[in-house]
Amino acid sequence: MNNNLLFDFTVDKTAKMVYITREFEAELSLVWDAFTKAELIDQWIAPKPMKAKTKYQDFRVGGKRFYAMISPEGQERWSIQRYTSITPKTNFKMYNAFADKDEKPELPGSEWDHTFSEQDEKTKVSITIYNESFERMEKLLDGFTKGMKMSLSNLENLLATLSQK
Amino acid sequence: MRRDIFQAIADPTRRAIMILIAVQAMTPNAIADNFNTTRQSVSKHLRILTECELVKQEQQGREIYYSLQMEKLKQIDKWLDEFRKLWETRFNQLDDVLSTLKKQKK
Repeated sequence: MNNNLLFDFTVDKTAKMVYITREFEAELSLVWDAFTKAELIDQWIAPKPMKAKTKYQDFRVGGKRFYAMISPEGQERWSIQRYTSITPKTNFKMYNAFADKDEKPELPGSEWDHTFSEQDEKTKVSITIYNESFERMEKLLDGFTKGMKMSLSNLENLLATLSQK
Repeated sequence: MRRDIFQAIADPTRRAIMILIAVQAMTPNAIADNFNTTRQSVSKHLRILTECELVKQEQQGREIYYSLQMEKLKQIDKWLDEFRKLWETRFNQLDDVLSTLKKQKK
């Protein structure tokens, strides 16, 4: 369906950087909103069947977004984002770290940079993620794949049980 | 303690050891000769790499030889592939959100 849209994903292991670029079939202001307004972010950031829930968001420099990824079993993985730089409809930067449910961050986190540009009625978003360690990079998948794998193995168990009957 | 493969390769000395023994199996002494560090420090790095199954040991006579386990390295690529897929899924979901928003604006 979206095969005509640019998607680029590269990893520089030595620089500990991930570069992600994607085009969207929408005007810039809409894409900007989808990346910066919690009620919209929550609609797409969690791969189904995971869900995202923002407890609060204060989108300004120094402000924070405190949110959780929730597995189908109801397990919550909290994270906190602190906005470090905002140039409206052009760029925003944030520092992202996992946290406990009381907002205590697990450091170190990662640095995220988002750049937006519009051409030919398409909007291009370039994201760079810097991690201090690969261990931390691996953790970025925590709460997604672990939750996903868990639900898959639950399903496998269920099927195994059912087929034995 | 379970060792983390990413933690293992994040260290520059360990990466250098892996490159060194990718070409040929080597003894700890031969490996240590290539680094400006103590034999104990090299042993520690080798232990971490062994625990992550990034290298394997083989006894030959009185010497132990270390060599690289290529299969394990492929796991890292597999992980990166999963990360890429996560973003693909996210962006496809975002496409749907954007198309809904576009309809609402009309």
